[in-house]
Amino acid sequence: MQEPDLLAIRAIITRHKRWDLFFGVLGICCLMVGVLTLVALFVDMWSSGAERLSLDFLSSFPSRRAGQAGILAAWVGSVLVMLVTASFAIPLGVAAGVYLEEYAPKNWLTDIIEINVSNLAGVPSIVYGLLGLGMFVYTFGLGRSILTAGLTLALLILPVVIVVTREAIRAIPQMIREASYACGATTWQTVRDHIVPYSSAGILTGVIIGMARAIGETAPLIVVGAVTFIAYLPPVPFTGEPAAGLFDWAREAFTVLPIQMFNWTARPDAAFHANAAAGLVLVAMTVGMNALAIWLRYRLRKNIKW
Amino acid sequence: MSVVSDRLKRSRVRNLREFGVETLLFLAAFVSVVVTLGIVYILISESLQFFQHVSLVDFFTDTQWTPLFADAHYGILVLISGTLTSSAVALAVALPLGTVVAIYLSEFASFRVREAAKPVLELLGGIPTIVFGYFALITVTPLLQKIYPDLPGFNILSAGLVMGVMIVPYVSSLAEDAMRAVPMALREGSYAMGGTRLQTALRVVFPAAFSGVASAYVLAISRAVGETMIVTVASGSQPNLTFNPAESAMTLASYIAGVSQGDLPHDSIGYQTIFAAGLTLFALTLALNIFGHWMRKKYREVY
Repeated sequence: MQEPDLLAIRAIITRHKRWDLFFGVLGICCLMVGVLTLVALFVDMWSSGAERLSLDFLSSFPSRRAGQAGILAAWVGSVLVMLVTASFAIPLGVAAGVYLEEYAPKNWLTDIIEINVSNLAGVPSIVYGLLGLGMFVYTFGLGRSILTAGLTLALLILPVVIVVTREAIRAIPQMIREASYACGATTWQTVRDHIVPYSSAGILTGVIIGMARAIGETAPLIVVGAVTFIAYLPPVPFTGEPAAGLFDWAREAFTVLPIQMFNWTARPDAAFHANAAAGLVLVAMTVGMNALAIWLRYRLRKNIKW
Repeated sequence: MSVVSDRLKRSRVRNLREFGVETLLFLAAFVSVVVTLGIVYILISESLQFFQHVSLVDFFTDTQWTPLFADAHYGILVLISGTLTSSAVALAVALPLGTVVAIYLSEFASFRVREAAKPVLELLGGIPTIVFGYFALITVTPLLQKIYPDLPGFNILSAGLVMGVMIVPYVSSLAEDAMRAVPMALREGSYAMGGTRLQTALRVVFPAAFSGVASAYVLAISRAVGETMIVTVASGSQPNLTFNPAESAMTLASYIAGVSQGDLPHDSIGYQTIFAAGLTLFALTLALNIFGHWMRKKYREVY
């Protein structure tokens, strides 16, 4: 090979190596944009809201005066709405996932159900709010209540729960099922005693992620009619005069943490912006739940070897 | 013989229970179909009432959107322009960033970097949108105003930028999954021909994973179009027919959220407008989802 050729090839190699290096740096920079935004968000909320964060803040009702406002009604509302959401979304989602993986025959009806699940995952959350408003509030007459809010969010996270349940079930090797059938078990016995218990950790991960999404969701709850100023708590069952029924709390008007934060953020009065420290509680909750899910999944991947 | 008949009886009970359980599970799965039908029914039935007051021609050609004023105009183009502008800003951030991050994580990053970066990105994607909205309004807008002093307090730009960063994790995680699914043999072939990492990534892996990457893009677009809270908080409540990101504007979703805050009387025209806007939004995202599905089918490479 002639000397100039060799030099030319070397030049090409160095040039391409430089491009490689350049792209590596570019990749890290892009990654850093995401990470830094996360950090900036935390720092920002902490510096503006940390001073408001106290036990008083958690245990007082909203107020016209920024300095005395608290998030008691909001976080109690969030917990109750989540209770309703979980008690509908988890059984429905897991049952649907089990059906699609273990029972569903290959036919057009199954296809329709599957297409629907993947489509619902892409529907904007605010459209679920319209569904909740038209369906639960007016058609079913549930009013603008905790029940309505919980049901709306349950439908919103249903696709998440279904998809994760299916993935967790699909990870179970076929031989487990075959062993169970070989012992004479029926499909339901196999599902109840083997499939669901073995996939429960995976399902739990998905449920946590879905709940974290529901707890931070604002838009659909604005549409179904969240109240921004509530200065009382829903009745505790069997207390008060006359005694409240077991489920009376579910028919009460509601507010939740994101709604409270939205309300304070949207006010022109800057003093209320510090109260958006409510967001700090909210972020801590969602990040905590997501981190728990990530950790669970990590543990799962490490420990289970079929 | 009694033993056998006992068993037969038990098996009949067993079969009955099997059937009952299967029916219950099927009903649970069928809920998803019911929900879709419910959405379509609610949106269309309320919109039909709306279109009895407003003609379709006005709806699509009027250049003003003032449904709650005395001089009411119902030009959905106003809201669509806001939606497209904010989505365009968000996608201008999210698609390049997300793609580069995906290529980097899939082809360049070491195992440890990847294991550290993925959970962080996932956490970023899990932050409630209202928090991003707060961040856009309180932090990003003043920052942008230092660069462009003319920028109004409510603008599409800061909402779009923050929305873009929010969408990055969706793009990167899906696109990365698609690229990691490309078989090693393709990369090895490229390396054996003397390709560098970047050449392999851009000319072999990326095209091979294109169907997955494209569906990640479509998902990102559909997220941006449907995003509500960031725009509601940071872009103001002024319906503007504009494609200029430095102005304030309303999107389809932020109109719905903004109007719903007031107490709308049931069956009023204002109540019906949110369903008309919702139907438009639903149709937009449905078209995108179908397009994404089609892309995935058309460009899928089977190894």
